Amino acid sequence: MTPPKDTLAWMYKMMVTSRRFENAIEKIYMEGKTPVFNMADGPIPGEMHLSNGQEPVAVGVCAHLNADDIVTATHRPHHQAIAKGVDLKRMAAEIFGKVTGLSGGRGGHMHIFDADVNFACSGIIAQGMGPAAGAALSRQMQGKPGVAISFIGESAANQGAFHEVMNLAAVWKLPMVIVVEDNAWGISVSKEASTSIKRNADRASAYGIPGHYVPGNDPLKIYEVAGEAIKRARAGEGPTLIEVETYRLAGHFMGDAEGYRPDGEKDGLFAKDPIPKMRQKLIDDGDFSTQDLDRLEVKAQAAVDEAIRFARESADPKPEDALTSIFV
Amino acid sequence: MENERKLTIARAMAEATAQEMRLDQKVFVMGEDVGEMGGIFGNTRGLIEEFGKQRVRDTPISETGFIGAAVGAAQDGMRPVVELMFVDFFGVCFDAIYNLMAKNTYFSGGEFTVPMVLMTSTGGGYSDAGQHSQCLYGSFAHLPGMKVVSPSNAYDAKGLMTAAIRDPNPVIFMYHKGLQGMGWLGTEKGAITHVPEEAYEVEIGKAAIAREGRDVTIVSIAQGVHHGLKAAKVLEKQGISAEVVDLRSLVPLDRDTIRASVAKTGRLIVVDEDYHSFGVSGEIIATVTESNLSDLKAPPRRIAYPDVPIPFARVMEQHCLPNADKIVAVAQEICQASIPA
Repeated sequence: MTPPKDTLAWMYKMMVTSRRFENAIEKIYMEGKTPVFNMADGPIPGEMHLSNGQEPVAVGVCAHLNADDIVTATHRPHHQAIAKGVDLKRMAAEIFGKVTGLSGGRGGHMHIFDADVNFACSGIIAQGMGPAAGAALSRQMQGKPGVAISFIGESAANQGAFHEVMNLAAVWKLPMVIVVEDNAWGISVSKEASTSIKRNADRASAYGIPGHYVPGNDPLKIYEVAGEAIKRARAGEGPTLIEVETYRLAGHFMGDAEGYRPDGEKDGLFAKDPIPKMRQKLIDDGDFSTQDLDRLEVKAQAAVDEAIRFARESADPKPEDALTSIFV
Repeated sequence: MENERKLTIARAMAEATAQEMRLDQKVFVMGEDVGEMGGIFGNTRGLIEEFGKQRVRDTPISETGFIGAAVGAAQDGMRPVVELMFVDFFGVCFDAIYNLMAKNTYFSGGEFTVPMVLMTSTGGGYSDAGQHSQCLYGSFAHLPGMKVVSPSNAYDAKGLMTAAIRDPNPVIFMYHKGLQGMGWLGTEKGAITHVPEEAYEVEIGKAAIAREGRDVTIVSIAQGVHHGLKAAKVLEKQGISAEVVDLRSLVPLDRDTIRASVAKTGRLIVVDEDYHSFGVSGEIIATVTESNLSDLKAPPRRIAYPDVPIPFARVMEQHCLPNADKIVAVAQEICQASIPA
């Protein structure tokens, strides 16, 4: 399954949008945090988990989705949110904690919720899986179209919730796809040190469902495998587990010194950066000229600049608004 | 009473659920043994026969999985009524409850609502020991984002269940095993009451005066209300008039009714089958002392479960549980005392 040309353009543009967004956030995050790094300072306080390098999985999966489909994301949700079509301006404002943010500043970067495109998060490892299964159940019971995607990290496959929801999704044949982003690290602990088998995709056999491992952080291969799984879910044939090799080009969070990485690992990862690789491939395949791709990059940058400007210029929430929205 | 229709709490809960399921296709029930078995404690009996196994779903023993799923289904427009068989099991699934169910409305600025009911059984007194006998009212009521109700009788059980299912917010529906009307758990006759056949709501957040009195206010919830009513009968013979407040709801808490009653009687006893410290009893007392200190003729008192795990041996458990005798003794004591001017 090769993506049509407009999908390829969309995938490239979304990958670039995501990376440029993270680059902007990274820079602004450090405002007010030098020379002394205090997480509470600057225009973007709190923890910040950047998704640089993990863009292929988000676009490869979300290229098959529409607004009615459901995505639950993790504590590292920006690339997934952007690929799902979450409003970039309101998301940026949420990350800044502004009144115009998706929740008016109540959630922040680990709690991105956009009901318009059925996007929700949990900052707790593997805990987005239950809600994804429930949304899938809702569609199944109502006979409504829609597939639920639960993005998790490779370390989430060692959580109890993973195994409970895998079994539940399988026994109820839910229209759901579990997508494991294997970036090889659970904060500082390597997959090898934490996980009893090499590939979590093999765990699918324990639940009697298909499991696929996609090596190489390759958006086109991910597109192909995810497409099959989503088609299967839409046809009522049940869930699929997909594990995707991806790269975490940043630390676990901003401020992470990454002393646990073996020497040279990051240089090797940067050499495999999926965005220049995809750019080269699109040119080599002859479908896009450099000018075509430059234009997409300009559009991506403009969307990011507009979102960041919107966030910066928006007002802080009223402090007492903290006391609202607890019940509806 | 003519046309009296006496039901147990278990029957009243099932009837309310069935009526809402008839009205709204989006209401469905999910949990362990809620289907064929009709719930360990009878509160889903008869539902699978009428609504089938799609809408009355037996789950695997995976509380994190299916409570998390209920959150997602509720966010997608369904109205799940979910059962956590014993409240003591919250330890294996609390993230789905307090981090997802209770916070997603807030974190989405109200864009996502989570209209679900989590039914769970509470209470001991039948020698089931410390992992199957707790109340944990305070643990749930402490954490923001979920309403918490617990009925003392079948009329309230039906009305609160109907209100809970219709509520756009998550509601924890705590039912006390000793009041369920299951013969094998003993029967509290006072919990079996007239229940109208038609659907009705009991407002969540509104306490009831279970018995009016002048000299002392006994505040409690669920089983404790019955202890209070029994104590009040004994006290009456001794010339002490006790008012019994049935909270019915912990979140929201009807602080006005508590304060008004204590303003009238001047004395307060809180009866709580949950642990003594850092819990409901302290909150009720603070509700009064923060605003009505001058109304008090005696220091407020509490009769709560001591801060130990619940033991198995009958004599040990019964020693620890609140009961009418303990309430009578404390009431006698404080009705004789007064606060020096």
